[in-house]
Order: sequence, then structure tokens, then C-alpha cells
Amino acid sequence: MILKIENVTKNFGGVSAIKETSFSVAPKEIFGLIGPNGAGKTTMFNIITGNYEPSSGSVIFRNEVLNGLKPHHIVRKGIARTFQNIRLFSSMSVLDNVLIGFDFQVRYGFLESIIRFPRFLSEEKRIKTRSMEILDYFGMSAFAHEKAVDLSYGQQRKVEIARALATNPELLLLDEPAAGMNPSETEELGELIKKARVDFDLTVLVIEHDMKFVNQLCDKVLVLDYGKTIFEGKPADAIQDPEVIAAYLGDFHND
Amino acid sequence: MQAMINKHFLIKVGMILGTVWFIWFANGHFDEYTVRILNNIAIFVILAVSYNLINGVTGQFSLEPNGFVAIGAYVTALLLISPDAKSYQYAIADPYPFVMTLQSNFVVALLLSGLLAMLLALVLSFPVFRVRGDYLAIVTLGFGFIIKILAINHPEVTNGSLGLNDIPEFSNLYWTGGLAIVAVVVILNIVNSKFGRAMKAVRDDEDAAIAMGVNTFKAKTLAFCTSAFFEGVGGGLLAALLTSISPDLFDFFFTFQLLIIIVLGGLGSTTGAIIGTVLVMGGSEWMRFLDEPMNLFGYETTAMPGMRMVVFSLVLIFIMLFAREGVMGKRELTDLFKSRKKGGK
Repeated sequence: MILKIENVTKNFGGVSAIKETSFSVAPKEIFGLIGPNGAGKTTMFNIITGNYEPSSGSVIFRNEVLNGLKPHHIVRKGIARTFQNIRLFSSMSVLDNVLIGFDFQVRYGFLESIIRFPRFLSEEKRIKTRSMEILDYFGMSAFAHEKAVDLSYGQQRKVEIARALATNPELLLLDEPAAGMNPSETEELGELIKKARVDFDLTVLVIEHDMKFVNQLCDKVLVLDYGKTIFEGKPADAIQDPEVIAAYLGDFHND
Repeated sequence: MQAMINKHFLIKVGMILGTVWFIWFANGHFDEYTVRILNNIAIFVILAVSYNLINGVTGQFSLEPNGFVAIGAYVTALLLISPDAKSYQYAIADPYPFVMTLQSNFVVALLLSGLLAMLLALVLSFPVFRVRGDYLAIVTLGFGFIIKILAINHPEVTNGSLGLNDIPEFSNLYWTGGLAIVAVVVILNIVNSKFGRAMKAVRDDEDAAIAMGVNTFKAKTLAFCTSAFFEGVGGGLLAALLTSISPDLFDFFFTFQLLIIIVLGGLGSTTGAIIGTVLVMGGSEWMRFLDEPMNLFGYETTAMPGMRMVVFSLVLIFIMLFAREGVMGKRELTDLFKSRKKGGK
């Protein structure tokens, strides 16, 4: 198991956003985290990335406990993410956005950059080539020198995923990647994620509302409702599960 | 791609050589008044590009220059003034013995000025950058006042409000212009490296930068310390140009002037900061007539010292309201030479 969530609870004041939740993600799996609004999905992401400290329980990535690590250290361990509302660097070009992902992998110092040592030049060349390769993979290399904010919504999504892949992650967290996309764009994105999983050796943890997309994409899903796990298993079974249906549509029988 | 890099490189080298030639030419051919203005412009270029690094590139609103410039000016002054000149100018209190014995040459004095300012910036970084928000502005504003008050209240070192006089006039166009070139090249090299990218990422979206593994505390601290270093050096150059300094010179107005410069030039653009300096410093000389008595259509006005500042304040308000991007926006001068294949928005 590459990622293990063990009895994680997160309280905000008196409210428990997540209650005693446990699950494990196997290597190279595409794991869906689903549930209605306010179920605690994004909170779970923020706990994994170190933005929130869990109230109790632990996050274990490749047999290493991540609790207490700073978010930028967790990225360096091999966990990258995208955001629910796209957050690209608005004043920078598409290429520069992707280059930021290499920030901690570049091996030259502050003085070397001032004096322009040969190592500076070779390292910059290396990461630029690598960034262009990643952009090319997503069919975005033609836009490398455009400002990221000038692109269409779907293109910005791809750049955001490309930027996350630049950090060379083993685990990629996607927060509602298909939000705001039309059905054909959604399907294309699903295929792209599946392909990237193989080509970039990825394990993917994805938050999504679109059940059709989840069905197409995920090997396994975990359904959260009010911070509690109500289902874990195959996506096709999830939509048959009475508890899941109740969580999404309301429980008709007891009313 | 290779050809484009070479073209850019040649433009940059051309600009540097052009500036060097201009310094050499100005030094030999221009009158003393013009050279003095050019000296001022060169020093303010150093201050403006370094102030822009923290304020424009990294997006951390800061009001620090007057404090660090004051430190640089006092350090350089104390190291340069001869013991002889020191012995008669301390009128308020007797100087400490170490003040009398401190001596160094100009290069060491400038270097120490920069390093001390940088060290203080590093100390300030820890409380300020650990939290988010506009604390930097408040802390640096207070820091400037503290430096001024310390200078007034420690006459054993600084000669209090009388200031220090008889500083040898080491600054000339070769020093000020040469160091301005160094400052611009160093800061542009930082901006165009992973460190500059990290700084811009912090400005655009700090959370996203962290999610990319950027150590944002380090990026902010590097920007702030680099700024402080060059502000200290600039302060040293200023002291050796003016030959006398006093605490009043380094009040908040000093920072305000630099703020106008970098906003006018375009926050975040290093070459914009240079253009802003030339516009503001040149304009300030050109508008001298505003402070003097004027004859407006036969109506005599009295002299109004400070009228220029009113004009500059109005300019700042105008920029903020109608032209937020300033002259250059976030672009650099070399960007204007780029052939654009597609019309950008």
C-alpha cells in the first residue's frame, strides 16, 4: 500500500469534518474519493498534503508517517496536487508555471544563479527540456510562452496537472478535475489521466462528483458522508448501494 | 531557440556597454550639476531595483528602504571620516573610543554597509515571514522610525541630530554607475533563475507555490535580504556623495519617493524601476521651477517649497486610479524585442 489513512479525525471547533476514517490506496491505483458537498473530501486532501494537521490518526505514505511535516516537504516526498478552483500563477507563462514544479529538484545555489555558473545554465536547460516534454505530453507545448490565464478552462486544467507532474510525484491528488467541463472534455480528461498513470508511474487519488466520470476512471472508490465512510469498493457497486443512494438523494424510507 | 537566446544576450550586452560608454562620456563632458544629478539617478537605480525585488517581484508590501539606507550611510560615513575630522565634529557627546578608531577603505565600507543591512533584514525575516499578511509593511515602517530615533539618541556614535560631516567624497559616476550596473545585472539574474520564479510564484499565489514544493519563507527572505544588501550599499554611496548626513535625511519621505518610482515604472519590472527612477529624478529636477516664485499670466505667486511633492503625490494617485500597471507593467525592456507570433490579450 502506497498511502494509508489510519483512523483520521479532523475537528473544526465542535464540528467533525472527518470522523475516524481509514483507507488504503494501492500502488498504481486510481482511487476515487466521493460524497456529497461537505462530506470532508477536500479536508482529507488538505490533511494528506499537510495543510491541516489531523486531530487524531495518522497519514502514512510509503511506510513513513507524514503527520507534522510542512506542506512543501510533503511535496518533496512525492505527493502533488491540483486545486478545485484552478490556481495557476497568473502573471507567468505556461512554461514558467511548469518550471516552478522543478523548483526543489534544481541543483544550483543562489550565488551560482547570480554569477551564471555553467551548472546554472545546464540545469536550466535540463528542466526547460523536461517541462516542454511534459507540456508536449498534454498537447500544450504550442502554448508554452502564452500567459497561463489567457488559456481556456480545459487547457488551464491540463497545465495544472502538467505543473503537478513536474514535481515528479508518485501520488497525484486531483481535486474535482472535471469540474466545469463538458461531457466530451470530461471523457478526454479521463483517458488522459489513465494514460498518464502508466506513462508517469502514478497512483491517483481523485475527488469527483460526476459519477459517470468516476465509473470510467476509478478502480476503487470511497464514499464519505458527513465525515464518515459509508462505502468502499468498486464504483459500479457504489451506485447500487442503498446507503450511497440515500446520502446523495436523501433517505426516502424513513420520512 | 538558440538564436533567440543569443539575440537576447547581445541586446543585454549592448545595453550594458552603452551604459558604460555613457558613464565615461558623461564624466568627461557634462557639467558638474548634470553629473551630480546622474550620480543621484545611479544611486536611486540601485535602491529602486532592489526595493522592487521585494515589493514588486515577490509582492510583499514593504516600507523598508529608509531604514536600511540609513544604516548603510552611517556605517560608510563612520568608516570613511578621518580620525582628525571625527575629533572636532562630535559636539553633543564624546564619541566612543571604537568610533574614533574605525577606519577602512571605500570598498570594505560599502561591503560592510550592505552586509549589516542584510543581517538586520535576516533577523526581521523570522518574525515577519512566518505569518502571512501585511505585517511586513507595519514592521518595516516601524523599523525605519526606530533607526532614525536610534540615530538621534546615540550621539556618541552618530553625533545625534547634527549628523556626520566631512565624509570624503569617494562617490563618482564610475562608482555609482558601475555599482548600478552590478545591482541591475545581479537582480535580473536572480529574477531569471529558479529563485526569481519562486518569488513571482509567491506573489501570484502563495498556497499554489507551497503545493509545488516551494519553500516560500526562503523565497521571501532571500528577496528581502538581497534588497537590504543593495539598499545598504546605496546608502553608503549616498553618504560618500553628499559628504554629510543626518537622521532627517532618512525619514519616511525617502521610502515614499522610491515607492512612487517603482509604481510609476511598473511594480515587478526591474527595467521599469530604472525607467521610473529616470522619470522621477529627472522630473524632480525639471520641476524645480514649481517650488520657486512664478509669474502666471502676470500674477506673481510666492515661493512654495514642496510644490513638486504635491505634483508627485498627484501623479501617484493618478497611476493608482487609471494606470495601475505603470510604464512597464510586469514586462522587462527585453520583452519588447521579442517577436510575438500571436497577438496576446
